[in-house]
Parts: sequence; C-alpha cells; structure tokens
Amino acid sequence: MDLPLVWFVAIAVLWTGYFVLEGFDFGVGVLLPAVGRDETGRRVMINAIGPVWDGNEVWLITALGATFAAFPAWYAGLLSGFYPVVLLIVLALIGRGVAFEYRGKAETAAGRARWDAAIVAGSAVPAFGWGLVFANSLRGVELGADGVVRSSLLSLLSPYALLGGVALLSLCTLHGALFLGLKTDGPVRARARTAARASAVVAIPAVAVFGMWTVGADGPGWTWVVPLAGAVALVGAVALAAAGREGWAFIAGAGAVVALSVLVFAGLYPAVLPSLVSPEFDLTVAGAASGEYTLGIMSVIALVFLPLVVGYQAWSYWVFRRRVRPEHVGG
Amino acid sequence: MDALDLARWQFGITTVYHFLFVPLTIGLSVVVAVMQTMWVRTGRVEHLRATRFFGKLFLINFAMGVVTGIVQEFQFGMNWSAYSTFVGDVFGAPLALEALLAFFLESTFLGLWIFGWDRLPKRVHLATIWAAAVGSNLSAYFILAANAWMRHPVGFTVEPGVGGAPDRARMTDIWAVLSNDQAWSTYLHVLGASFVVAGLFVVAVSAYRLWRHHDSDTGMFRGALRAGLVTTALAGAVVSLSGHHQAQLMAEYEPMKLASAEALWDTEAPAGFSVFAVGDTVAREDVIDIRVPSLLSVLATDSLDGRVEGVNDLQAQYEQRFGPGDYVPNVPVLYWAFRLMIGLGVAGIAVGVVGLWLTRRGRLPRRDWMYAVAVLGLPAALAANICGWILTELGRQPWTVVGELLTAASVSPGVSLGEVAFSLSAFTLVYGVLAVVEARLLWAYVKKGPGHVTPDVEPGERVPAFTY
Repeated sequence: MDLPLVWFVAIAVLWTGYFVLEGFDFGVGVLLPAVGRDETGRRVMINAIGPVWDGNEVWLITALGATFAAFPAWYAGLLSGFYPVVLLIVLALIGRGVAFEYRGKAETAAGRARWDAAIVAGSAVPAFGWGLVFANSLRGVELGADGVVRSSLLSLLSPYALLGGVALLSLCTLHGALFLGLKTDGPVRARARTAARASAVVAIPAVAVFGMWTVGADGPGWTWVVPLAGAVALVGAVALAAAGREGWAFIAGAGAVVALSVLVFAGLYPAVLPSLVSPEFDLTVAGAASGEYTLGIMSVIALVFLPLVVGYQAWSYWVFRRRVRPEHVGG
Repeated sequence: MDALDLARWQFGITTVYHFLFVPLTIGLSVVVAVMQTMWVRTGRVEHLRATRFFGKLFLINFAMGVVTGIVQEFQFGMNWSAYSTFVGDVFGAPLALEALLAFFLESTFLGLWIFGWDRLPKRVHLATIWAAAVGSNLSAYFILAANAWMRHPVGFTVEPGVGGAPDRARMTDIWAVLSNDQAWSTYLHVLGASFVVAGLFVVAVSAYRLWRHHDSDTGMFRGALRAGLVTTALAGAVVSLSGHHQAQLMAEYEPMKLASAEALWDTEAPAGFSVFAVGDTVAREDVIDIRVPSLLSVLATDSLDGRVEGVNDLQAQYEQRFGPGDYVPNVPVLYWAFRLMIGLGVAGIAVGVVGLWLTRRGRLPRRDWMYAVAVLGLPAALAANICGWILTELGRQPWTVVGELLTAASVSPGVSLGEVAFSLSAFTLVYGVLAVVEARLLWAYVKKGPGHVTPDVEPGERVPAFTY
C-alpha cells in the first residue's frame, strides 16, 4: 500500500472535517451582529455552537499535528511560507476562543460589544485566511532548489487567491446561516433564513468561479464535476431552507464545503506545495512524507481512534440536538 | 539582534505564558471532578456548590490554556521550519497523538459537561468531567514525551539529505520515544507540580474567602481548604522524589546543564551543592561560593563522593566531539532558575504541610498573616514552575535536539526579522491584555463567591447548565 498517499488522503479528510464543522461555527460568528440583533438573539446564537465549537477546532489542531508527523516539510513550508496570513489566523483564533468564554461575564454592554467584535473578526479572518492559504498553495509558491518557501504578504494577494478567500468566507457564512436555521428557534431562526439567501448571492458565484478557475489551471480532467456539484448543492441548500427542510439544507451546505475541500486537495496532488520557480522544485507527497515506520504506526492509531472520536463527537451533537430558544438563555 | 534571537524570545514568552494556565487546567480538572463525585455520592449540596464555584474558575482558566496552546501548535512550523523538517518524523508523532487521543477527549467532553447539567443523567454527566480530566492529564504525557526526546533523543536514525536536501530524523521505535525514561520522569515531575499549583489555587481561594468573607459558606470553604492542602502535600512528595530522579537524569544525559545550573566550573568528586554564588562568567570562576559539601554528589549520583563533571571539562569534550563552538548555556540564568525553582517550590509545598497541621481536627488558623501566607503559596508555586521550564529549555542550549541539531540551525530560513518582530510584538501585546482581563475576571468571581454561580437546589432537583 502506498502509505504517503493514504496519509495525504487522511490529511485531506482532517481538513475537510475542520472546514465542515468549524465552518458553520465561523459562519455563526460572522453573522452575530446581522442575525443576532439584540442580546437575547446573540446569546441564542452563541449557545447554539457553545457545546461544540471547541471540539470542532481540535480538527484543525489534529490536521496540523498529523501533517507535522506525516509530512514534516509540508507542515514547515505551509506555516513558515504563509507566515503573515497564518499569524493573523492564530491571533484571530485566540481572540475568538477567549471571547466565547468571557463575553457572558462582561459587566457592561460596551464590554460585551468588544467581545462580540472579537467573535466576528475572529471568525471571519480564519475563514478568509485559510481560503487565501489554500488558493496560494494551488497556485504555487516561491520555492527554490533549497526547499525554502519565501513569500511576502503582497505576493499572496493575487486575484485568484483573494477569490479563494472570498469563496471560503462566504461559504462558511452560508453554512452558518443554515446551521442556525436548523439549531435555533424564534427571531434568530427567521433571520437566519434571510441571511442564507443573502450569503448565497456571494457564495454560489464565488465557489463556482473559483472552482472553474482552479480546474482550468491545474485540475485533472474529471475535477470539473466537483465545483459544479458544489454549486448545485448550494442552490439546493437555499431552496431546501426556503421550503423549511432545514436538516437537508444543512446537509447540502456541508456537501458544498466537502466539494470545495476535495477540489483543493485533488488540485494539489501529487504536490503539496507546487513551486512557481520550476516543477522540479515542487514539494511532493512522496518528497515530504515521513518514513514507512512512522506512517505505518500512525495509520494503526488513526484507524482505531478516529472512529472513536467521530463516535463521541456525534453523541455530543445528539445530546444537544434540541433547538436553542430565547427562553433557554433567559430571554 | 536577528530573526533567531527574536524567534527564541517569542518561543520563551509564549511558552512560559502558556504554562501559567496549563498546570491549573491539569490539576483543577481532577479537583473539580473529585468534588462532583463527592456530590453525586453523598448528595450534599455544599459539594455541588464547591463543584460549581471551582468549576467556573476552572473554565475561566481553561479558555486561556486552550487559546495559548494553539500558538504552540503553529509556532514550530512558523518560526522553526528547519527544526520541524528535521524532527517531524519523530517529534510530530506524539503531537498528532496528543491531538487525536487527548485534545478531542478534553474539548468534546468539557462541552458536554458545561452544557449538559440538565440534559444528562447525573452519573453520565459526572463521567464527562472525568473524561475531560483524563484528556488534560493524558495530553501532558505526549507533549512531555516530545520535549523529553529533544533532551534525550532515542528511537531514531538520521537519514542524510540527498542533493542538497536537509538531513532528516527517521523514527525507528515509537515505544522507545514514548517510554523514554526522561519522558515519564518529567511527566511525574510536571504532573506533581501541576497538582501543587492546583492545590495551592484551591488553598488561596478558600483562605481568602475564610479570611475576608468568614460569615458565608464557612463549612464549604473549610472543606475545600483541607482538600487543597492535602492535594498540595501529596503532590509535593511526588515533585520532590521525581525532582531527585530528574537531577540524576540530567547528570547522565545533559551534564552540561547540571554543571551550568550549579556554576560548577571544574569537575569535582565529591561535589558540593552551591547555595549562593557570585561568579565571573568570562573567566569561568566563582568570586563568592557557598556550598553544602557532597550534597550535589548525592543529588546527582546517590553517593557521598560521586563525581560531577564541570563546565570547562565538558566544553573541551564537546569541542572534540562536535567541533569548535560554545557549548555552555547561560550560567547565571540557569543557576538562579535552579535555586528559585527549588526554593519557591519547597515554600509552596511547606504551605500545604504546615497548613494541614494548623487545620487539624476542625481548627482554623486565627491570625491574619497565616491566611496571607496561604494566598502567597500560589504565586510561589507558579513561579517555581516557570523557573523549572527556564532551567529545562535554556539549559538545553545551544541545542534544540541534544547532540543532533543546534538551535541556530533550527530557525526558519525564509522568515524575515520583520515578520518575527511583528509577531513577537503582537503576541506580547495580546497576551498582556488577556492577562489583565483574565486576572480581573478570576478576582471578580472569587470576590462574588459561590452564590453567583450556584443556584440553591434541593437534592434531586435538576441543576441548570452553565451557558455563555
């Protein structure tokens, strides 16, 4: 069995899990002022993701940890190569995590407003930032014979990369609106439906154009199906939400996130960081991989524990399956 | 000043800061779980009130531990890409295991615990805090195994890079990495120290409440005080015994660290333990040095006249083995970090032991200064933890992986001075603001007391969940 390929797929699965799960709680954060117009509305929204957002974020930590172990040079090149973007993502995640825990303990409305701003920025910046990072990965990086990635913030902001950021941010926002439709009740649920339509106006063209651009540039022949499926899923999601089929709408939205993620990783393969300088300097799956021993051991452990993790996370979603209503937060 | 210096400062600042919260998370998770277990078993409302009150403080601290931990997961790749590429095959594995086996458990079940008070059966809900506590305590093992490997690398070979590519470590035995004696010994030491911190946190909060708000919840806080004192004393025994073992491992695997921490310039047998020294680090000799005869020999080798190697002899050996270079870490910093770690640690543990005596058979101390000392135990223990890490990390210099990779060769070659300077400033600023916010919040909740987070419930009634 080709262990480096298996682990490339495993890393893709972990990132996909991260985008599907934290994607909606990023969306909830972005929509906090627009959908949660008053204190009760905002508390309904935050408590809808309250029990799960931290567990969702561990998908990122695990994706990074697994990349470190399975593809050390990819981990090193990705984080040092996109340094300014990664730094902003980390700072955003810090502010956001603290804000969830501390906003409810603020004494004044002004204090709560500051934490709310941290939640909005802390959710929007990582969604946009990861879009930027992966779009730039697809486009290629300044990677020379010495294997060192050199990039400046300016070189990361090409139109294609900015579109990647917009696509992921708007997709997460839509995903969050669909989640709120499914998981809340009262005014927030009604406003979430409007927010889903509004964010779809940006998300559907952004995902479709970004997808076609990616396929046109370097995707294998069959991959044009993927952005098409993603766009269809999004149109379906909005229609289902309008028809009141909120569960199916959320699943369709999650499907679109999966499609975008598949597009990214299929587009990268067999490289993980393609070189703009020359294809011979590409950092490839085979070149970045750890040894057979490490990958073998890690495979066994992942096969045993990842299903277990998915199992107990699914159970926690089951425990909190009830919609959050204004009266639950004392509103 | 170059990118390497700033990257080192950033690692030091973010790691020390992170470790202000970690010991409390590790220790308090278990303390809160025990309190809740007592409530479930006895049905006494004061145990529920203690669980909710200390649970709230635990959560305020937990949030900071999580967000500062995220930085660590990114930082190796951002600032230390050459290091990451070299070690990932070995060092990355425990980090991936930590996330998969421990962080998922901790975060998912803590979410269930916070929001599940009125959704889950009582015993299932109790199991969630235990699962989270197991996650916290397990996560420490993996990260310490990774750190131990840097100090005593085992279970790997080095594969030379082909065609200009860098060398890479390849793991050959994961069991050797995870069962490294440096790993489990460090784990016992750090875990013990974490429970000392958590115990003294409970002591400090309870002592403050009994001292300044003695009319409310006296019974509950007296119980909590005793529990904190017992935790401190028992964990203190683990810290002391494992600390002795750590010194022996240091003599064996990192003799230069031990010699530097002792300011022992020349090899001695028997070697004395220095209590106070003023030295000249250029000429490498001491001006003033007060030593307890033979104590260092006992500490490092378990015998009265054991031989302990000195800085100058080790430097000569290393030059022969690894080529010319300066292999001596920062002696004055290590010397004082070592002494402060022991001194402050012992002071904290003493609070636990003496406190147990003063509160025996239902007594409570009457004098104000005793409560003040009890409160001061907490900062002493935290400072001892920090000094321990300064000793561990600075003492490993100039290496990141002892004998294999130099710190100077570990830094990201593609990252500029400006980038590191900007990120260092940003982290320092954000961390400074958050420290103030967190301290004020903890203080506010301690002052308010248990009434604000603990509804008066009758036995058998449903307990409302914490919400955001």
